[in-house]
Amino acid sequence: MARMKVEEKTSEKTKMSGALMLIEALKAEKVEVIFGYPGGAVLPLYDKLYQSGVFHVLTRHEQGAIHAAEGYARISGKPGVVIATSGPGATNIVTGLTDAMMDSLPIVVFTGQVATSVIGSDAFQEADVLGITMPITKHNYQVRDISELPKIIKEAFHIATTGRPGPVLIDIPKDITIAEGEFDYEQEVHLPGYQPTTHPNHLQIRRLVEAVSQSKRPVILAGAGVLHANASNELRQYAEQQNIPVVHTLLGLGGFPADHPLFLGMAGMHGTYTANMALYECDLLINIGARFDDRVTGNLKYFAPKATVAHIDIDPAEIGKNVPTKIPIVSDAKAALQELIHQQGKPADTSAWLAQLNEWKRQFPLYYEDDEQTIKPQKLVEMIYELTNGEAIITTDVGQHQMWAAQYYKFNRPHRWVTSGGLGTMGFGLPAAIGAQLADRNAAVVSIVGDGGFQMTFQELSVIQELQLPIKVVIVNNQALGMVRQWQELFYEKRYSHSLIPNQPDFVKLAEAYNIPGFQAKTEAEAMEVLKKAFAIDGPVLLDFHVKADENVYPMVAPGKGLHEMVGVKPCGELSQ
Amino acid sequence: MRRIITMTVNNRPGVLNRITGLFTKRHYNIESITVGHTEVEGVSRMTFVVNVEDERTAEQIIKQLNKQIDVLKVNDITDQAIVARELALVKVSVTPALRQEIYTLIEPFRASIVDVSKDSLVIQVTGESEKVEALIELLRPYGIKEVARTGTTAFTRGSQKTAATHKTAFII
Repeated sequence: MARMKVEEKTSEKTKMSGALMLIEALKAEKVEVIFGYPGGAVLPLYDKLYQSGVFHVLTRHEQGAIHAAEGYARISGKPGVVIATSGPGATNIVTGLTDAMMDSLPIVVFTGQVATSVIGSDAFQEADVLGITMPITKHNYQVRDISELPKIIKEAFHIATTGRPGPVLIDIPKDITIAEGEFDYEQEVHLPGYQPTTHPNHLQIRRLVEAVSQSKRPVILAGAGVLHANASNELRQYAEQQNIPVVHTLLGLGGFPADHPLFLGMAGMHGTYTANMALYECDLLINIGARFDDRVTGNLKYFAPKATVAHIDIDPAEIGKNVPTKIPIVSDAKAALQELIHQQGKPADTSAWLAQLNEWKRQFPLYYEDDEQTIKPQKLVEMIYELTNGEAIITTDVGQHQMWAAQYYKFNRPHRWVTSGGLGTMGFGLPAAIGAQLADRNAAVVSIVGDGGFQMTFQELSVIQELQLPIKVVIVNNQALGMVRQWQELFYEKRYSHSLIPNQPDFVKLAEAYNIPGFQAKTEAEAMEVLKKAFAIDGPVLLDFHVKADENVYPMVAPGKGLHEMVGVKPCGELSQ
Repeated sequence: MRRIITMTVNNRPGVLNRITGLFTKRHYNIESITVGHTEVEGVSRMTFVVNVEDERTAEQIIKQLNKQIDVLKVNDITDQAIVARELALVKVSVTPALRQEIYTLIEPFRASIVDVSKDSLVIQVTGESEKVEALIELLRPYGIKEVARTGTTAFTRGSQKTAATHKTAFII
């Protein structure tokens, strides 16, 4: 049975309103910050928040609130908490909920709802939030009786943060927040239908140990599951113990040090040649906490065709879902890696394999052609890496800038990379940076965004300014929806249908409107100058970099192709010609 | 391939929606669903008949259903010795002259007449879907006015000793 005992007694069984119960429950859960936006249906709740001492961030849109909560969860590992009102407030968080679901982030959302007496009558600001969010949450609730509220909140936090993390939503009708009931938070969570397996089956671990010892060309594909389980140290220890090279998914970056000799880079559509060829040529693939997304696998027909596949995942449904798996291990990544380290076994003889991989690394590195007259976006990311000593938290939107950030910012430690992987959400980067900065006040946070995505959520500059969060907003401005433009160039005969946006606003003036310093750069020298200036300022700064507009992200695996069919790979020798 | 999946779930509002939504999202084709209370208060049993491409899809359905918080237990009972039933009501156009013929026709199926009017009969039949199907086909030439079918409900037999030889039990 999934049971959780609360050690501290949080409150006497006193009568209180639903709104106050919620505040008390948040305190009992040690919630440090909540992100939200008030409205009619949550007014009783906001009234109790008024002098509660709970730190609430008023974002300028509910989408901003939930992305901020995602950024907070990604960096802190704690649940991100969101409050939105009924109807439009709730529907505005749908994108963020889906994003959190796809990227397995622990989020707890409270939505207001019209009073129980009018539910179903199409009342003002009523939406079927339960129905809308059912497929995009790990679980959701609608509170029908005040007596259920403490139990539901406790279950919600438990579900969101255990097993495979995910978003949980609680829809609370207005009259429930006003009604009074007994608040008993000292209770066990009892969910017979929810019992995540966290420890691996010994026999399956044994099978993997044997498979490793017999392997000549093993590779570890490490996903975000490693980060969720805080298993970076174990991953490193295991890879070193067995001398197995590691490739990362986009979301897994930072789980293994980028400067480690066993690291081959990111795999997938814009992965490195070495990482993708390692997946193609390996004889044993050990997937740890990745879900075999199509962006990582390319055409499944050609994915790891020579390999025995082992898959460690806390979600049994992920194992065998996309790729047939010979060694399934349902477990938390940390527990499985600890067991593997403990069992040791005879390490594989990977010397020839590593020599081959190192040769590929040397011969086919990521490359771009430098051009001092313009700003190469890859160079821009490298400059940011240099100026932040590789220690910054990087948040991004989705698109070309996201891929360049993933390729050229070398993440050497976990929880420094916040991006929208599964859903690919434009407008994610800026609000996520707010949450990330609040989770780690001392970190340098750089939000690398595209000129398209930035304009979807830039109203959150207001929050950055208000809280004086020292976030550096870097707009990679190519006056286009870059990745759309790239695909149109490559696959739609350069018919740039609605992807070019030559008349962008003056982003520096926009920053000034929010009382945030803004700088623009158009050449490499200017870029370095404004970056230095920005990092010297102890507060938020917006930087508008006019980059080379027709730059493409390479290497690339075209849709429908196998990982070994990458384009845009040049041998080192050709680069110098 | 046809699979019979049973599960017990918390009897809460929206649970059926959760389950069917999951099927819709993942493009699993449902042939029938039956739901009803169990001997345990607050727990309902659902029986699904689904048509899937292969074993892997069937396994994925089970896993996805298991992920639902309100799902207590899921079983694919297709390959076990089971008791499976469907109930159907069939309204047939029948003149008084043909009534006796109909009585004779339905007798081997242990079906019964549950309503009679001057130009129609309502026949009730229970059994496996194939049996129900067979009777409906026999009645079709007389002119079927309406059919109401419940879909299959099933669970495993108490004894599974002969499970290997009984892929599904045919029970009249």
